[in-house]
Amino acid sequence: MHLADGELPHDYLGYTYQKVLFILGGIGILFVLLIVSIAVGAVSIPPVEVIMTLIGQNVTDKWDRIIWNIRLPQALTAIVAGAGLSVAGVAMQSILRNPLASPFTLGISNAGAFGAAVAVIIFGTGLMTSTTAGAVVINNPYLTTITAFAFCMLATVVIIAIAKIKASSPEVVVLAGVALSSLFTAGVMFLQYFADDTQLAAVVHWTFGDVGRAGWPELTLMAVITIAACIYFIANRWNYNAMDAGDETARALGVNVERLRNAGMVVAALVTSVLVSFLGVIGFVGLVCPHMVRRIIGDEQRYLIPGSIVMGAVLLLASDTVARLIVAPYVLPVAILTAFMGAPIFIYLLLRGHHR
Amino acid sequence: MILSVDELQFLYRNTKILDDIAFSISEGEIVAILGPNGVGKTTLLKCLNRILVPREGVVSVCGDPIASLGLMEVARRIGYVPQRVETGRLTGFDAVLLGRRPHIGWDITEKDLRIVDAAFKKFMIDHLRLHYLDEMSGGELQLIAIARAFVQEPKILLLDEPTSALDLKNQVEILDLIRNIVTDHRIAVVMTMHDLNTALRYADRFIFLKDQSIHTYGDRSIITENEIEAVYGVPVQIGELWGVPCVIPQCLCNGNGKSKEEENQHIVQKRESRAYVRYR
Repeated sequence: MHLADGELPHDYLGYTYQKVLFILGGIGILFVLLIVSIAVGAVSIPPVEVIMTLIGQNVTDKWDRIIWNIRLPQALTAIVAGAGLSVAGVAMQSILRNPLASPFTLGISNAGAFGAAVAVIIFGTGLMTSTTAGAVVINNPYLTTITAFAFCMLATVVIIAIAKIKASSPEVVVLAGVALSSLFTAGVMFLQYFADDTQLAAVVHWTFGDVGRAGWPELTLMAVITIAACIYFIANRWNYNAMDAGDETARALGVNVERLRNAGMVVAALVTSVLVSFLGVIGFVGLVCPHMVRRIIGDEQRYLIPGSIVMGAVLLLASDTVARLIVAPYVLPVAILTAFMGAPIFIYLLLRGHHR
Repeated sequence: MILSVDELQFLYRNTKILDDIAFSISEGEIVAILGPNGVGKTTLLKCLNRILVPREGVVSVCGDPIASLGLMEVARRIGYVPQRVETGRLTGFDAVLLGRRPHIGWDITEKDLRIVDAAFKKFMIDHLRLHYLDEMSGGELQLIAIARAFVQEPKILLLDEPTSALDLKNQVEILDLIRNIVTDHRIAVVMTMHDLNTALRYADRFIFLKDQSIHTYGDRSIITENEIEAVYGVPVQIGELWGVPCVIPQCLCNGNGKSKEEENQHIVQKRESRAYVRYR
């Protein structure tokens, strides 16, 4: 064979090895963060005891309950949501060929907020009660979640239909997403205008994305869908590389670009819908984490996709940990903190330029 | 016969772009598709590997109609280099490695890495291995794009205006390289071109497209002054320089921007008479 005289490219393998190290380093940081996140809070638990409890050693019953019932599900939800939003973001940026694309570009989060507003205001699922934390409670979370999810899916179906009709042109999809976002925002404002104080507070509260809302059953569902989506995108990493090289090049490399786009949009929209309807709107992670990783290890999808998954998990878990501590004993919803945490790092990375 | 096209017809929104296209190509040949802008050169090229799907007609590669082959199988037989190459934060090696896509299952193997390594040596672009695409020049990007199509190990390579955006040195280097791989690897190359002189020097056969169809198809002997004027609507003269045929368009300027009445009198007359006919 005429190209058989090649050697193993050690320079290139060394270069890719650095990217692998970056991802492994991220996973290491994630584990440390997980322990720290569980250790800190209103009740401090020493990290060693956290690890002991996690591996099944009963240290004290009280710590056992705090860890297994409250802090571990919340920390794992942050990891799952960060990973899911980030992988959806990196995929949408390729699919729509647009650096501003994120899971919310298609109007999905606003559709979810509209769904929640419909549930709270029209179906009357919102209720303000004075609990010790002074929190707003949504008295029928399942109905609210299901309605939010239904509207997320409605937005997804509309976008996919538009993409089909206009033969999957990325620009059309982005613009349709922006239009849909505005439409649902207007819908939320319309409903809010007629809402009473309690309902208004409930709707606003719902839209603050919060990873503390999910218990083990919700977490399990979100984790299954997020892991499936991560596997799907990683399995398609070569196809995404091909798509990034241009539609014609991708087709010439044997990739069915239209099908890849549509399937990718469905998977990304599904992950986003599930996360948004359980947790509320968590912005920034899906948009910015992929770009942080691009700045550090480049656009090659073999490393970009896993890198973004890890980066999203790290950023959301770190934000949630800080959100629980920053105005203790009050606990802030993580959505407020993600941009506070991420924006300075992101701007620094933008100014610094690409890693050489 | 490595590629044959029969009764190909392509419509874009019910407008006929190509009609009744038929030709065939043997291995080891470079075929240039020539013709004025907008005549469908790129469309024809894209119909050859199903980037565009023709309304009618059959394109066969190595005896098999491509409509019967899967996308991946087509990609193993036909490589394609578009006119414009997308860049990104990728190294040259990453970009060329992508050309192995039709051959890889879950992930690349050592064999793929070795083939890409060999391609870099063959193309003499070892210095671009770890360069980023978004920092490369047009000529370097074109070399990377051709190398990517080359590591697909295709039987046929389709190139869409491979040299139209390049300077003289890059044009010569890239076309020499293409000639070289056609000879060494017995593949066939089909490329669209604008520059008749470059086409004359590097191609073996020529397809002139005009009015949605093939005006003429054949070897060097079909390139005559009358043929070129018929296709492009510009009177030309063909001379020889160092034994190489050169096509020069006749125009009102002689090189310093000033018209030379005496020398060009006959052209002026010719143009005027044509203009008269057109406006009558």
